[in-house]
Amino acid sequence: MPNVDYDVRIKTEGPRPPLVRGPVALNMNSLGEADVFGAEPKISARCVNFYYGSKRALNNISIDFSPRRVTSIIGPSGCGKSTFIRLLNRMHELVPGSRLEGEILLDGMDILSPACDAAELRKRVGMVFQKPNPFPKSIFENIAYGLEVNGFTGRNLIEEKVVDSLKKAALWGEIKDRLKDSALGLSGGQQQRLCIARCLAVSPEVILFDEPCASLDPISTAKIEELILELKKDYTIVIVTHNMQQAARVSDQTAFFLMGDLIETGRTDRIFKAPRDKRTEDYITGRFG
Amino acid sequence: MKRRDIIQKIGFSALFACMAANILFLGGIIFFIAARGLGAISWEFLTQAPRDSMTAGGVAPAIVGTFYLTLGAIIFALPLGVACAVYLTEYSPKGWIVNVLRISINNLAGVPSVVFGLFGLTVFVKYAGFGVSILSGSLTLGILALPVIISASQEALAAVPQSIREASLALGATQWETIRKVVLPASLPGILTGVILSVGRVAGETAPILFTAAAFYLKGYPHSIFSEVMALPYHIYALMTEGTHPEIQTRIAYGSSLLLLALVLSVSMLAIFIRARQRKTYNA
Repeated sequence: MPNVDYDVRIKTEGPRPPLVRGPVALNMNSLGEADVFGAEPKISARCVNFYYGSKRALNNISIDFSPRRVTSIIGPSGCGKSTFIRLLNRMHELVPGSRLEGEILLDGMDILSPACDAAELRKRVGMVFQKPNPFPKSIFENIAYGLEVNGFTGRNLIEEKVVDSLKKAALWGEIKDRLKDSALGLSGGQQQRLCIARCLAVSPEVILFDEPCASLDPISTAKIEELILELKKDYTIVIVTHNMQQAARVSDQTAFFLMGDLIETGRTDRIFKAPRDKRTEDYITGRFG
Repeated sequence: MKRRDIIQKIGFSALFACMAANILFLGGIIFFIAARGLGAISWEFLTQAPRDSMTAGGVAPAIVGTFYLTLGAIIFALPLGVACAVYLTEYSPKGWIVNVLRISINNLAGVPSVVFGLFGLTVFVKYAGFGVSILSGSLTLGILALPVIISASQEALAAVPQSIREASLALGATQWETIRKVVLPASLPGILTGVILSVGRVAGETAPILFTAAAFYLKGYPHSIFSEVMALPYHIYALMTEGTHPEIQTRIAYGSSLLLLALVLSVSMLAIFIRARQRKTYNA
């Protein structure tokens, strides 16, 4: 087995067995790389199991995400990659009957503990979804909304932040005269960049991209990829993608999921050049998936 | 021509015929009422109280009364109905209890209006001690309007895409903020459709106000929410069933009917106007 098999069953309600923290050896056995980039991880998932009702969707996932790096999660449809990324900002709680075991740490803090407020967490861990989902409001209001719910007041400050995030999301030039227009009138690619701007406005530390280019044309996709490379200077980024070229282009670390298992993770160049697991190799070379 | 083309032609012709029949009935009603009622309408008719055992004068107190009753019913039923719909769609755990509630609410819409009238008489007029008044009538009509408003609101809320709720939550908004600032505004056009429908129903109902609010004849206008009022539907009913000058009274009844139509339309127009503005902001 390439992934370490933990014999412990961690129940969220019971007392937890002690877990090793930091850039630890947990992944080392499976990867041969203690921590891919030698930094204290921004997010660590430890022995995560996830269930939809009685159906187990994720098996014993342990992975670290380094700060200011892009990690891409690849794998065939239904492998659990979207399910996994939604755990990192607790969006899974919207699914009735779902259950999570294990530990997810953000800067060493357990985000699953009752002491951690989901709204506060999501402010720090932003998300961009598969389908662009702007609010049915004006472009300006789309971004101002996130600021308002996070306690920003004052017209000037909000305006400044709106403009700033539109610039960061490389959308400002295209829409600067249309801030009052409905966001639904934008093209798909512009809508997705608006969603990124909306996410940036509340100053997250981590941005989760759940197949952000799935519904976009190649030109819009290129723009988003460019943007991700720009954003990684300031943010920790996790991106789920179907597109292996995209993973190779934008990410520093790649994780390969298959049927709810994390098969292999490591530096992107290493994963693509010298995959250690036969299944990773088969997927990358297009033999299945 | 091929057989399937002919079938298609026949099919569409049948659909057109049904549509035309609908227009005919609707147009017929409006034309019939306008033709008979227009003659009765004058400045005096709109601004004066009835005189000479309802054979002369106007229907102004009834217009005012119907307006108050309808407005009161909506003020009562709209917040309550929307709140109920929000709870059922957004908060309550999905399961058989919610389904039973939903079915009950839909059944409530089928209860004959005279039953609501009796309920209003017992509860609001007698038990709560509001007497025969605008308040009792508005509350009774409000209960009548509730199921329509709840169903329309539930549908409108359910039509808001889940992805928008997720977007809001992912920005760190609470569920409450998400509902108040994203979901409700997006569903407002649908909710207003429910309001439009219920305004039409409430303004035209006779039975619920028969025992709770309506007076056969009043000289002046209501002073407070505890006053009895005249109302157009009941006034029409009274003109056609009582009195000693049937010909003149029938003419006035048609005039009142035309007015009632116009009143419902104008209240609905307000909701339609708000809805149109809302749609413009919220859609591309």
